[in-house]
Amino acid sequence: MGQKSVESASGNPDNAGAVDQLVADWSSDREAFKGVSWGKSMMWIFLLSDTFVFGTFLTGYMTVRMSTTVAWPNPSEVFALTIGGTELPLILIAIMTFVLISSSGTMAMAVNMGYQRKPKQAAYLMLATAVLGAMFVSMQVFEWTKLIHEGVRPWANPFGAPQFGSTFFMITGFHGLHVTAGVIYLTVVATKVLKGHYEKSGDYQVVEITGLYWHFVDLVWVFIFAFFYLW
Amino acid sequence: MVEHEDEQSDDENHEPTSFLTKYVWSQDHKVIAVQYSLTAIAIGLVALVLSWLMRMQLGFPGALEFIDEDAYYQYATMHGMIMVIYLLTAIFLGGFGNYLIPLMVGARDMVFPYLNMLSYWVYLLAVIVLTASFFVPGGPTGAGWTLYPPQSILQGTPGYEWGIILMLTSLVIFIVAFTMGGLNYVTTILQARARGMTLMRMPLTVWGIFIATFMGLLAFPALFVSGVMLLLDRVIGTSFFVPEIISLGDPLAYGGGSPLLFQHLFWFFGHPEVYIVALPAFGIVSDLLSVHARKNIFGYRMMVWALLAIGVLSFIVWAHHMYVSGMDPAFGFFFAITTLIIAVPTAIKVYNWVLTLWRADIHMTVPMLFSLSFILTFVFGGLTGLFLGNVVVDVPLSDTYFVVAHFHMVMGVAPIMIVFGAIYHWYPKITGRMLHGAMGQIHFWVTFLGTYAIYFPMHYLGFVGVPRRYYSYDEIDFIPESAHDLNAAITVAALIVGAAQLLFLYNVFWSLRKGEKAPANPWKATSLEWQTPQTPPAHGNWGKELPVVHRWAYDYSVPGAEEDYLPQNMPRQPFEKSGAHDPHDDKPVTDLQESDK
Repeated sequence: MGQKSVESASGNPDNAGAVDQLVADWSSDREAFKGVSWGKSMMWIFLLSDTFVFGTFLTGYMTVRMSTTVAWPNPSEVFALTIGGTELPLILIAIMTFVLISSSGTMAMAVNMGYQRKPKQAAYLMLATAVLGAMFVSMQVFEWTKLIHEGVRPWANPFGAPQFGSTFFMITGFHGLHVTAGVIYLTVVATKVLKGHYEKSGDYQVVEITGLYWHFVDLVWVFIFAFFYLW
Repeated sequence: MVEHEDEQSDDENHEPTSFLTKYVWSQDHKVIAVQYSLTAIAIGLVALVLSWLMRMQLGFPGALEFIDEDAYYQYATMHGMIMVIYLLTAIFLGGFGNYLIPLMVGARDMVFPYLNMLSYWVYLLAVIVLTASFFVPGGPTGAGWTLYPPQSILQGTPGYEWGIILMLTSLVIFIVAFTMGGLNYVTTILQARARGMTLMRMPLTVWGIFIATFMGLLAFPALFVSGVMLLLDRVIGTSFFVPEIISLGDPLAYGGGSPLLFQHLFWFFGHPEVYIVALPAFGIVSDLLSVHARKNIFGYRMMVWALLAIGVLSFIVWAHHMYVSGMDPAFGFFFAITTLIIAVPTAIKVYNWVLTLWRADIHMTVPMLFSLSFILTFVFGGLTGLFLGNVVVDVPLSDTYFVVAHFHMVMGVAPIMIVFGAIYHWYPKITGRMLHGAMGQIHFWVTFLGTYAIYFPMHYLGFVGVPRRYYSYDEIDFIPESAHDLNAAITVAALIVGAAQLLFLYNVFWSLRKGEKAPANPWKATSLEWQTPQTPPAHGNWGKELPVVHRWAYDYSVPGAEEDYLPQNMPRQPFEKSGAHDPHDDKPVTDLQESDK
């Protein structure tokens, strides 16, 4: 292949510094990211774009929080659950975050199994990831139901600023949609892996591409968690 | 290493055969490009008619009785939004981007053709939703194309009932469509180039479209988010953007929102949007000038870096649209400085275009005429931009016709000139026939002189303080009688320029059948799209073998060459001195490919 010749042309990659290698890659023909498939590079670019979507959502949230005229409710109290007579602040959200972060762990293991060409293990780990994601979404449904029963609406909020309800439902809703889409995406890819769809080419990069999306959704949650629940 | 060869030949085996898969549900980037362009031009015609109606009201108030205040605002809003988003963005990226990227970088198609097809159909849906707003109760929104809340979603603004909802929905759908297409364009350019096609050998057209698309992927999210939030404000009554308001004595249900937040989000999209429209035009004009002046582009590398610099800078200038919105003077200072700094890379580009023309063998073809007019118009509109970028000058001129003249010159007329130039240039490749030259000349001169007749006097109107967005100026004492006469004259010019566009459309359809048969490379251009085995290029673009690139795209008037140009896929000739023309000639990539064969 032509790529090999270009790489060897830019000097021995082992000896060249990282910067030299980067410059060589970008000034070469065919590909700027060597050996990265079309799907994977497109996913990275999509995630960059999606970062701006969530970044704008969170910036909007912060601005609204500062501009509103009514006091912002204390998240520790709003998001507390009473379990066995004691009020535990942020307990549900702590469990949700734990579940979602754990799902990133199973996802990473699935990617590893994929590259070791163990499709069964990879598929089951992906399904486990999907189950954890579904758990996250159902807990979110529970949280939404609880808040709605307490009178919180996108346009009203008994605890203080109405924008609390607006931003909460909008941002967690949008993130929840991403998780739901991810669960479907994981299930589809895992089914294809199980059916041996990728056995012929032996290329399981698709698992990693799915994983990129999933890790991104997790990372976004960390920011939402920090900005919304801890601030 | 990923086997791209396999992906490509796999695609080649699936050449569509039925009419439906070939021309309607097509995954071929060339067909999708034509679909995108025709849809954009069709909706653009609607916007053109709207501008006629507005001009009729301004030039001859009351002459057309059906234009009342509400209708006027609706026309203005729809005209602006359609022209900026649904025409210019769609035709430059969806149209020219789709057609030219794979051909110019030597690929068989976009990397994900199915996604590319989806992009067009979702775009069509966005256009249909937008058009639907003309037929709902209350009509389309009349909030102005910037859709500033609170007025855009409150009673009293025309289209408050349904128009604004459909407008925002349509924008959100458009952004989904753009993202699907844009991801394809960027990935194709980065990862699917032909052998020997380094980034720094790409024609500037591809560079312009590439950077514009990348900017779109980062700027449209801001419009997406603000659109969703505004939609929630309007439909379910959240208060993201609406503060407490007393309307006709009654407090509204809203409270505590920030109207300024919308302006920030909108312009964080809106300013890069100007360059999303301008950068593809910058790229295309560079190539047109070089081809039709038979000379290499002056300062190719600087042109690339200038494009990149403009792209980056355009993300930190957005608040210069908000000098009169109420802002800390320190911010005004910051945004004025960044705005003026953009003039530096822009000036580099203009100088380089002019230096490309200097002592060149200029062929006064129709594409060349449009390119020359682009330079003039762009400089003209750019200079008034320097006026408006300064806070102290902007404040008195803000919301006058000076601003209207400025942005129509710089991001309306100038890019549209390049849309025309590019169509005259690439039409032979797309259809296999030449456009009629005389009709093209008439179209050019009427459009070029006509647009100056329209917009040049508007600067004067702005200086005497004629405010923009007004339905009628009858009762305003400080506006002199001459301004009214001028408005009538502008209207006449606008109607004539509009009519010239119909001549252009006639030419496009007439030439499709009766135009002179085009040779494969009528302009003797070097870039890859002119070197395809068939004209128009067949499915898969390149026949059996992908092209191999040996040089940059600007080897014109080469001494010793048989013809005066060397196509990009021509190996190095014995008479060429090493490193004479191609900035990459000394790089090992070429030599190795020679020995690689």
